[in-house]
Amino acid sequence: MTRTDKASPAAHYAMIIDLDRCEGCGDCVVACALENNVPPPNPKATPRTGLNWLRVFRLEAAGRDVFLPMPCMQCGEETPCQSVCPQKAVELDPATGIVGQIPERCLGCRYCMAACPYQARVFNWWDPQWPAGMEQTLNPNVSVRQRGTVEKCNFCHGRWHAAIEKAAAAGGRGPVAYTPACSEACPAQAITFGDLNNSEFAALTNKPESFRLLDSLGTGPKVFYKTASTAVRAAVTGAAKDTPHA
Amino acid sequence: MLRATLIFTAGFLASLGAGWLALPKTLYRTEAQPLSFNHQVHTGDKGNMACEDCHSFRENGSFAGIPKLESCAGCHAEAMGETAAEKQFVANFVKPGREPQWKVYARQPDNAFFPHSPHVKAAKLKCEKCHGDHGKSTTLPLYQVNRISGYSLDVMGRPAGRWGLQRAGGMRMDDCVACHRQNGLSHSCLDCHK
Ligand code: HEC
Ligand code: HEC
Ligand code: HEC
Ligand code: HEC
Ligand code: HEC
Repeated sequence: MTRTDKASPAAHYAMIIDLDRCEGCGDCVVACALENNVPPPNPKATPRTGLNWLRVFRLEAAGRDVFLPMPCMQCGEETPCQSVCPQKAVELDPATGIVGQIPERCLGCRYCMAACPYQARVFNWWDPQWPAGMEQTLNPNVSVRQRGTVEKCNFCHGRWHAAIEKAAAAGGRGPVAYTPACSEACPAQAITFGDLNNSEFAALTNKPESFRLLDSLGTGPKVFYKTASTAVRAAVTGAAKDTPHA
Repeated sequence: MLRATLIFTAGFLASLGAGWLALPKTLYRTEAQPLSFNHQVHTGDKGNMACEDCHSFRENGSFAGIPKLESCAGCHAEAMGETAAEKQFVANFVKPGREPQWKVYARQPDNAFFPHSPHVKAAKLKCEKCHGDHGKSTTLPLYQVNRISGYSLDVMGRPAGRWGLQRAGGMRMDDCVACHRQNGLSHSCLDCHK
């Protein structure tokens, strides 16, 4: 469904991850899983079959450890996962720029996983299971996915829901500001989230030290990275090219 | 031959009719509400309360829904009237401090997201538009659940509407989308799904 509405003018949410600040603590990964009801790993899961909406890789460059958090990049142009999906279960929402995965439609063929240049997508090999009592802590703003569907980061869409609900209660309409769980949890404040339609935020992404992974593919990713070190930048962009397809 | 055909046709029509009448009934199971609630006495002349007195919005913009017992206890610490319903309510719920487990007619499936605030606060829609005259009713309607899906009759798909079983409109995905279209809104799936 494309959106022709007049109620809320478009937002274009994006993220900037500061590689000079990230210390690889993994708080973002935990916060992400708790926020989005990602179940603890199944005992049979391997690194290839586990569930993660956000991964943090470790590289070495410029004589130090460099940590690279990778959520879904929310590609805005020729979105690869969307164009290959036979089920129309992937939707680029023009009102937010968020690439949504719709579990109601997904049949689990995993074309999108093969198409994703960033391997940001994961497949539910098992029905989710929570240790007794932990299901009480599930987030009611995010539904639980079942076995046989693909899922991925959607910039904490449940938090966006909460934000429009709150804005509307005050009679407000239009784009809202909110913070995804990873950005909120980061103790080093390495993750900045904002709206590219906001010129102040957009200016941050245009700085010489900021860049995107696999930019040359032309998929218009909306996750930006930044580092002052050219060696770190070269290592990170190089590593993204080399990652083997899982 | 003619007689056989007649008998067959009559029997066929009879079972078809029986099935037609019985199927909707067998599809749904009726469940009892914890007590009989009368909106009219509260919102009418006797109670003179506004909907918001009981159905309010929380600070974060979410809708508080059906009020908790604490908002009833102020008036109902002791029975004020003579009705059996009220005496029962005071004896079985207020005195022991037991929360009535109301069944929600409009309850959506877990994967659907419905916010009251854009509808009630921003678009200024009346409650009746979606809930019918529940706010003026004197008795509770039957609460019927689909035996297969476990959803209330009001959120089931087309068939319930076709059989005239639906009480009010506005709770099914088709109804949501129909009104949004009328208002020139069109949404992506994830706007209403989570
Ligand atoms: C005294 C408090 C009180 C007031 C005032 C009140 N309600 Fe209610 N309302 C309740 C309770 C208790 C229930 C749960 C029982 C039921 O379903 O009727 C309820 C349920 C409802 C439901 C049913 C939701 C569902 O799908 O199950 C609707 C709709 C509703 N109220 C609308 C209204 C409207 C409209 C008004 C104003 C005209 C109003 N109420 C005023 C207490 C109140
Ligand atoms: C502002 C005071 C007030 C509040 C708050 C209030 N009620 Fe009442 N309630 C009344 C009055 C007045 C009557 C009518 C008593 C009578 O004269 O019979 C009544 C009657 C009733 C009855 C009997 C209805 C019948 O069938 O005649 C029930 C049951 C009831 N209330 C439940 C509730 C519940 C549940 C709540 C909380 C959601 C609630 N009330 C909150 C004032 C209140
Ligand atoms: C646009 C349609 C619409 C309008 C307008 C609307 N509602 Fe609702 N209402 C719903 C839907 C859909 C649900 C079910 C929500 C869910 O399950 O997530 C619901 C649920 C409820 C509930 C039960 C909530 C719970 O979780 O306990 C109450 C009570 C209620 N509405 C009262 C009202 C009142 C009072 C108004 C007017 C101020 C109103 N509604 C206006 C559609 C509407
Ligand atoms: C009677 C008409 C009507 C019905 C029925 C209705 N809606 Fe709406 N809805 C609206 C209007 C009008 C708005 C725009 C509110 C505004 O002015 O910002 C809206 C806005 C919304 C929004 C906010 C979207 C955004 O991007 O801001 C959501 C979510 C939504 N509706 C979900 C639902 C769901 C789910 C249902 C069915 C259970 C439903 N609506 C039924 C009229 C309706
Ligand atoms: C305007 C709000 C709205 C939009 C937009 C919307 N849905 Fe729904 N959808 C609902 C509601 C409410 C329900 C639950 C009630 C029902 O089953 O009719 C639902 C139910 C469903 C169901 C049935 C699920 C079940 O458990 O029975 C499917 C499948 C579904 N939606 C898919 C989609 C897809 C795919 C899209 C995008 C093209 C979409 N929906 C867009 C509101 C919406």
